[in-house]
Amino acid sequence: MSGFGALWQDPQVTNALLVGTVVSALAGLVGVFVVMRGQAFAGHILTDVGAAGASGSLLAGVNAWYGFVSFGLLAGTGVEVFGNRARSRDAGTGIVLSFAMGLEALFLFLVTRYTNNAGATMLILFGSLFTADPSLTPVVVGVALFMVALLLFIYRPLLLCTVNPEIAQARGVRVRLIGVLFMLLMVLAVENASIVAGALLATALLIGPAAAAMRLTTRTSLALLLAAGIGVTVTGLGILLAYESYYWPPTGRGWPVGFFISALIFLIYLAVGFGRSSAGAGRSSAGAGHRPQKGA
Amino acid sequence: MFFAGFVVNAYISGAVIACLAAMVGFFTLLRGSAFAAHALPKVGFAGAAGAILIRADPIIGLAVFATGGALAMGWLGRRGRRDVAVALTLVVALGTGALFLVLQNGYASDAYSLLFGQTVGISSRQVFDTLVLGVAGIVSLLILYRPLLFASITPEGAQARGLPVDRVDTAFLVITGLATAVTVPVVGILLTFSLIVAPAAAAGHLTHRPLRSLATSAGIAVVTVWAALTMAFVTGLPIGFFVATISTLVYAGARLVEFLLRTRTDGGRQGVR
Repeated sequence: MSGFGALWQDPQVTNALLVGTVVSALAGLVGVFVVMRGQAFAGHILTDVGAAGASGSLLAGVNAWYGFVSFGLLAGTGVEVFGNRARSRDAGTGIVLSFAMGLEALFLFLVTRYTNNAGATMLILFGSLFTADPSLTPVVVGVALFMVALLLFIYRPLLLCTVNPEIAQARGVRVRLIGVLFMLLMVLAVENASIVAGALLATALLIGPAAAAMRLTTRTSLALLLAAGIGVTVTGLGILLAYESYYWPPTGRGWPVGFFISALIFLIYLAVGFGRSSAGAGRSSAGAGHRPQKGA
Repeated sequence: MFFAGFVVNAYISGAVIACLAAMVGFFTLLRGSAFAAHALPKVGFAGAAGAILIRADPIIGLAVFATGGALAMGWLGRRGRRDVAVALTLVVALGTGALFLVLQNGYASDAYSLLFGQTVGISSRQVFDTLVLGVAGIVSLLILYRPLLFASITPEGAQARGLPVDRVDTAFLVITGLATAVTVPVVGILLTFSLIVAPAAAAGHLTHRPLRSLATSAGIAVVTVWAALTMAFVTGLPIGFFVATISTLVYAGARLVEFLLRTRTDGGRQGVR
């Protein structure tokens, strides 16, 4: 445990811990609804589309955050519009994704060929908390606060729309509007996580903690807390391990944060599943029994 | 220049790959497993990075990880939500891939060429490998055609008739993994998914009969790949970009044709699907 003393003095690490905590807590909260609504694919797509935007903004010399968010918003709209009917959902989402990935390939190719930024591909795809730009921290935190407010504001109608859209419609809830607002939440959660953990691992923070939490409890409010808690714990542990790994072979380079985070998330998901099945709880699949509890 | 060996090689491999990818795509859309088809190439990327790390052939690493990933998705998916199973498999593979890339010394250019696809310098040996694996994939899909179609349309009905649905599902995922391993070296990780989904989606708007749809998507895919190859050779830009752009245009075109046909016949006679 050679490095922990110096850990708290290192501004890079404290910044990484702050941003990582905020981002993973929100990804966990939003993720519970993503898993309940069966939108994991859409959530994952946003990371790829965001990566296309990020590589485009590198090419244009703008901060990658803006590329992530603007492309994410465009794609969210596209998926909401084209993927609305269940029949064409996969095809519509797939076409949006495939076009965005075409752009991503072109932009990344041009970035690596025409700029000196050879590490750009690696950074956009895999990211690193330690290189998170400190000047972005206020932006990330501000967006996070806005998201919490929005989530609290639409919490009850969103839950009703998620569990039973027909009843929600009959009660006069504007299902379409709630769907669009939730898509906005998902875009912000994913792109905020992308800039921190890299596009390819934002999915880990969105889906993993939520899926594990929903295997532990059928109460939505508890699942939300658990998901946020698991997300924050895993990110914190991942950062500590990555910091420690500078002393592991091959010495001096350090293992990627994303590796630790995704591995920890997967282990937790598996452990929760085995724990539950050996405890003999008869629930058939993760989260299948989710109902809003009375009075929630 | 069009008589240069590697150019001819690229066109031959391209045609085989396009046929296989389009046939896989037809079933992928029918079964709603687009997420898995999107994830497997990326899972394969981690395998390629690992193979480079231990100085093995990246294509073997790719094939091993893509097939293993397919099996893991099937196994996890039977015990929880399917989309969550795909997402978690993908995430773990990518984390491992990032680790492999960091652990190797220097710049992993071999891995990056897999990201974008490689059309220049395809050797006759590689064409032969692609042919063998591609034809094997196509033949196994044709053998599986009827049970797979049955299990995809009504899983319960197939189960009731005594069809081993789980095994058919897994077999299809493994074929998807194989198709991935063949397609990625040419088209690249990022755009293998385009080639699988877009032609099949376009064909789905043109015809509703399974066999005709299968043939149409294969035809569209071959034309797309050949056009993309030609443009990539002429401009020097990554082929994946052209594959994606052309497929998106073809998809839009197919929807337009469907719209025109429908308004011309009788206002909105829906095909049986």
